[in-house]
Amino acid sequence: MSAALELEDLAVFYGKRRALEGVSLAVGRGEIVTLLGANGSGKSTTLRAISGLVRPARGRIVYEGRDITRAPADAIVAAGITHVPEGREVFPEFTVLENLLVGGHTVARRDVAGRLEAAFRLFPVLRERRLQLGGTLSGGEQQMLAIGRALMARPRLLLLDEPSLGLAPMLARGYVLETGRVVVAGPSAALTEDPRVRTAYLGFAKAAAAR
Amino acid sequence: MRRALWLAGGLALLLWPWAAPPYFVFLASLIVVNAIVAIGLNLLSGYTNQLSFGHAGFLAVGAYVAALLTIHAPALPVVAALLLAGLATALVGLALGIPCLRLEGLYLAMATLAFGFVVVEAILNLDWITRGNDGLRVPVARLGGLALASDTAKYYLVVAAGALLVWAAANIVRTRTGRALLAIRESEIAAQASGVHVAAYKTLAFVVSAFYTGVAGGLFAFIVGYLSPDAFDVFLSVDFVAMIVVGGLGSIPGSIVGAAVITVLYDTLAAFQNYRPLIFGVILIACMLFMPGGIASRVRFPVLKGDNA
Repeated sequence: MSAALELEDLAVFYGKRRALEGVSLAVGRGEIVTLLGANGSGKSTTLRAISGLVRPARGRIVYEGRDITRAPADAIVAAGITHVPEGREVFPEFTVLENLLVGGHTVARRDVAGRLEAAFRLFPVLRERRLQLGGTLSGGEQQMLAIGRALMARPRLLLLDEPSLGLAPMLARGYVLETGRVVVAGPSAALTEDPRVRTAYLGFAKAAAAR
Repeated sequence: MRRALWLAGGLALLLWPWAAPPYFVFLASLIVVNAIVAIGLNLLSGYTNQLSFGHAGFLAVGAYVAALLTIHAPALPVVAALLLAGLATALVGLALGIPCLRLEGLYLAMATLAFGFVVVEAILNLDWITRGNDGLRVPVARLGGLALASDTAKYYLVVAAGALLVWAAANIVRTRTGRALLAIRESEIAAQASGVHVAAYKTLAFVVSAFYTGVAGGLFAFIVGYLSPDAFDVFLSVDFVAMIVVGGLGSIPGSIVGAAVITVLYDTLAAFQNYRPLIFGVILIACMLFMPGGIASRVRFPVLKGDNA
C-alpha cells in the first residue's frame, strides 16, 4: 500500500506548551483513518498541522510524494487536502450558497457551477436552503454545509475534525493519541478491543484508578 | 417599493443644493466625505477585524497629495488628482499593512495610532512642501474647462465620487475577493481551511481601505479649500471609529448612517468644543452596551446586515 499522506516525527508547540511530540502516521490511498484520544491529546492539532494552519516545530509532512510541511494553507488546499475544522466553523452571516462559494475559492471560475451542482446533489437539503444564512441551519445541516464546502475544492484527502454527529463511520485503521504522542496504532477491529481506546473514550482506567 | 425609495433618495441628493442654504450644502458634502472614510475603515475593521485608529493619517496623505498635485500641475483634471491621491495613499496603506499583519487588537490599535502621529509630524517637518503649520491653500478643482468653485459644484463632485465608491463597495461583496474578505471576519480558521490566503487579503483590506480614505482626503481638500496638520489629529481618527461603531461594523449602509450621525452631532456640538470628547465617549459606550451591532443591527437594510454575532 502506497501512503498518500505521511507524517514523520511531527512536533508542534503552542508557545512553550507541547501539543504534539514525535507523531508519525500514514494514510493510504482510498483509506479511511481515524485519530482517537481524549480532549487535548492532539487530534485537532495534528489536522491543523497537515492543513497548514499551525507550523510544526519539527518533523515532516509528505503528501503524494511532496513535502508540504511548510506550505501555506492555500497551497495545501490547491494540492488536494481540505479540512473541515472542529465545531464546523460555518460562516454564520453568509448564505448557504456563499459558504459553498468560499469553499470554491481556489477553484477555476468555469468549474465553480459544476462543483456547486455536485454539492447540492450530495446534500439536497442545502439546495433547498441555499439562500438561508449558515448560522440559522440546524447542527446536522451545518455539518453537511461544512463538508459540502470542503468538497468544493474536490480534495483527494478530506480531514474531518469531530464529524461524528449523525454519521456512521466506516473505519479501516486508527491511531490513538495521548498527550501529543501516538500510543496505539492498528486496524479498527483491534482498536475496539484495546483498553487504551476505552480509556480515551470512556475514562475506564482513570475511573478505576480514582477508586 | 424599494425602487421608489431609491429614486426618492437619489432625487433628494441631487436637488439638495437648491433646497438648502449653502452651509448645509457644505455639511452634506462633509457627510459624504466622512461616509467614504467610514466605508473604507469598515472594509478594514468590519470585514477583516483589523481596528485602525490611524485613518486621519490616511485622510491627510490623500488631502495633501491632491492639494499639492493641483498646486504644481494646475492643468490636472480633478478626477486624476483624486485617483492619484487614492493610489498614493493605497501605497502608504500597503507599507503600513504588511508590518501590521503580525499585530492584533490593542497592539494594532496602538500601531495605527502611532501612524496617525507620524503623518502629522511628517507634514510639520516637510514644511518646504506642505508649509507646515502655516497651512496650505488648495486651488479650485478643475474638470476640463469647468472650475468647481461653488459649494454646489463641489457638492456634486463629492456626491458623484461617493456614489461610485459606495457602488463599488456594495459590489465587492458579490465578488470572490469580497467574499474572501468577509469570510475572514466570519471565521478566520474556516477561511484559511478553504484556501483563502488570509495574510494577502488582510493586506489587501489595508490597501483598499487606504485608497478609499485617500480619495476622501482629496475631496476633503477641495471642499474645505485649506489644509493644516491640526485638522488631522488623533481625535478625527477616533471620530471615524465612532462612525462605524455607531453605524454598524461591517455594514455599508451603517457606515453612511454612522457618518451622517457623527458629522451632524459634531456640527451641533461645535459650541461645546471642550465637552465633545466626553459626549462622544458616552455615546460610544452606550452604543457598545445597548446596540453592539450599531444602527444597522436595529434597522433592516436591504444590503448587508452589520452584525458580528
